[in-house]
Amino acid sequence: MPRLTMKAALAVIFLFGATTTAANSAEIVSFPKKDWSWQGVFGTYDRSQLQRGLQAYKSVCAACHGLKFIAFRDLMDLGYSAAEIKAFAKTIEVTNAEPNDEGEIFKRPARAADYFPDPFPNKQAARAANNGAYPPDLSLVVESRVGGADYLHALLTGYTDPPKGVKLGDGMYYNKAYPGHQIAMPAPIMDDSVEYKDGTKPTVNQIATDVTAFLAWASEPNMEARKSMGIKVMLFLFAFLFVLIGMKRRTWSNVH
Amino acid sequence: MEKQKFDNKVVQWVDDRLPVFSYLNHEYVDFPMPKNLNYFWNFGALATITLVTMIVTGIVLAMQYTPHTTLAFDSVERIMRDVNYGWLMRYIHANGASMFFIVVYIHIFRGLYYGSYKAPRELIWMLGVVILLLMMGTAFMGYVLPWGQMSYWGAQVITDFFTAIPFVGDAITTWLRGDFVIDNATLNRFFSLHYLLPFVIVGVVAFHVTALHIAGSNNPDGIDIKDPQDTVPFTPYFTAKDSVGIGVFLIVWASFIFFAPNFLGHPDNYIEAQPLSTPAHIVPEWYFLPFYAILRSITFDVLFLEAKLLGVIAMGASIMILFILPWLDTSKVRSARYRPLYRLFFWVLLVDCVILGIVGAKSPNDLVISGVDWFEYKTLGLLATIYYFAHFLVLIPIIGKIETPKPLPTSISQPVTGGGGFAPAGSASAAKRGKA
Amino acid sequence: MTEPHAEDEERRDFLQLAAGAIGGVGAVTFAWPLVDSMSPSAEVLALSSTELDVSSIKPGQAILVKWRKRPYFVRRRTKPEIEAAEKVDIASLREPEADKDRVTKSEWLVVSASCTHFGCIPKGAKVGDDRGEFGGFFCPCHGSHYDTSGRIRKGPAPRNLPVPPHNFVSDKILKIG
Repeated sequence: MPRLTMKAALAVIFLFGATTTAANSAEIVSFPKKDWSWQGVFGTYDRSQLQRGLQAYKSVCAACHGLKFIAFRDLMDLGYSAAEIKAFAKTIEVTNAEPNDEGEIFKRPARAADYFPDPFPNKQAARAANNGAYPPDLSLVVESRVGGADYLHALLTGYTDPPKGVKLGDGMYYNKAYPGHQIAMPAPIMDDSVEYKDGTKPTVNQIATDVTAFLAWASEPNMEARKSMGIKVMLFLFAFLFVLIGMKRRTWSNVH
Repeated sequence: MEKQKFDNKVVQWVDDRLPVFSYLNHEYVDFPMPKNLNYFWNFGALATITLVTMIVTGIVLAMQYTPHTTLAFDSVERIMRDVNYGWLMRYIHANGASMFFIVVYIHIFRGLYYGSYKAPRELIWMLGVVILLLMMGTAFMGYVLPWGQMSYWGAQVITDFFTAIPFVGDAITTWLRGDFVIDNATLNRFFSLHYLLPFVIVGVVAFHVTALHIAGSNNPDGIDIKDPQDTVPFTPYFTAKDSVGIGVFLIVWASFIFFAPNFLGHPDNYIEAQPLSTPAHIVPEWYFLPFYAILRSITFDVLFLEAKLLGVIAMGASIMILFILPWLDTSKVRSARYRPLYRLFFWVLLVDCVILGIVGAKSPNDLVISGVDWFEYKTLGLLATIYYFAHFLVLIPIIGKIETPKPLPTSISQPVTGGGGFAPAGSASAAKRGKA
Repeated sequence: MTEPHAEDEERRDFLQLAAGAIGGVGAVTFAWPLVDSMSPSAEVLALSSTELDVSSIKPGQAILVKWRKRPYFVRRRTKPEIEAAEKVDIASLREPEADKDRVTKSEWLVVSASCTHFGCIPKGAKVGDDRGEFGGFFCPCHGSHYDTSGRIRKGPAPRNLPVPPHNFVSDKILKIG
């Protein structure tokens, strides 16, 4: 039937468009798709993985990268108790919002309600300390990059020597996943960069996986609530649709 | 309109003074509807549901959003993380914009296929085009509000269009932006207008539906209602049928909200706007891609008219042309069911629009088929744009004149009940029921 | 009308009722997040309690602090102030309340700094402030006098200065909320 072939043609064109549009730039960098615990309709975060990732973030990344949308109280999601969070927050210094009675801005130990502090007072200072490059805040890094967690993992494990004939710019490093392949950040993790509290072997791949999981959580802490509500909503809607179809057919039974 | 008599005394009292209940009864209970409508007639109701939901979620979001360049992005993240169910409100609203356009595009193509734009429904159609324009303005401004990279640069590109206007272009653009570049003045006024326009849409929708209720609904056969046997009352028949459509629609919408909330968006918009750093590819949201493709397809000057201005004119013309469609189409037959030649080109138009959408997302110099050097996306875009205008300005008028339509059924009931003969419409050939 | 038709109508009505009921439940369930999103958000609730180091406050001194964005007095009372508060005949008060019901440690008075008349912040926390006739706080707006337990004694205010939930997590740290 002509209608069917037209619809088939449309479907083919849609698929062509969708798959080729997904690749963003003229040069398509592909990276392996990993299995992440939060993928799929029933996906959840792995709490012990997130805790390792937090540890990795704090010891490796926090020196240069902020995490401004995460408050210490949010870490309850990772399975920590209020007391543990209070103790953890106290080890970190934040700038008080109000100056003291002498009019001076001062730093104090953080409370649970505070947010992770920026490592630099402003963007210019950040650039000055990092060869002109600005280390971006990581709160949304997984959601704001094409390829998401797969991309981030590929980036963290993608440092190699440049191939023959490629000249690196001043202060740049070669990375297989980074768009343009030259990145201003030196390889942040090596084997044993972090000593995990739970004893997991800290290979580059392990650390990269854990910190990526942590940052995926940081990008969307509400993911589990979203999916669990989604399952309930879909069940309700399908049941509702079933009743509605029944009602419609009954109503129309004398017309058809 | 007849005044209804109600059993309930309170309802009767109100109705005697302000006949809302009689009105509702007349328009949405007793109203005679052709009984052969298919599910493509659900999409108007779906659009209304979407509009209401967008307004409701929008109002709640506006309670938490801050329209200042230094605070906007952070306020959206606060909504996503700290506001109770804020993430849900935001995802409903963002995905709702896409749903609204999907529904409206299908609604429009329904109109094109079944001739709903033809007399006596021309004004309904034109009001619909006005609604589409208002939706596009609302969606564009709404997308700027989160103040991400795509928000900022999309606004920059689109407001740049106005610089193409000769002589007064720059002045108009500065006036629109409230500044020499997109900045806080722009953001604040976009917030104000984004809040306002949906209510303007509600008003135009009221006119659109009122005009519809004067002519009555079209139907898949495109023939007029001849007697009450052709009709069923809106309630319960179409209340029930629309409910089914709504049920399916909500499942689709919920699938995006809960399981793929960012699929239709762009990751770059999760980066805060950086006025000094342009993203590698500025891409509008998917529902603007065909228009973006038309805009970029004109890359050559014509006499004194610059390519940039021509592109803007072409983009505007692509929507304006819809206004005059009722007069471009010369056929006396409404529905494509009985217009084999028109039907063929309808599908070509649909494929053409999809192609334009794909072109809009690509870099103009990318190759469509790798290895074929001369066939760049910008060439494909130009061909698709030319077809689009040729379809409306050349093909439709000609098709109406040269086409041999299939014989129409004598009445809406007739194909169902099987009684009566056929009224051949311009052909003496044997009867052939149009169901294809 | 034949029997099957009446049966059809019955089924039609049941289905309509079922659909309507389910739809209603759905609509209410959808409305709840809309309403709840207007309630205080997580970062507001995170500030629902405040901890203060009060070790630097000397007896007789008071400070003004914020809890849930509202003003509160924390006063370290002297022995005479405590005695005056405890000796008062409760029945004679506009709002009868014993001093011991208003403090966790008798040396420390923690009360709202919002006058219960129309909300001005009474005087009495700063050195040199007028403390009113009862040695507690004095509201200059309409002349309400509070005693050393923050209870209304004279003037138009209807109630005593409310006491927020508070406790000492250690000798030096006072937690409000």
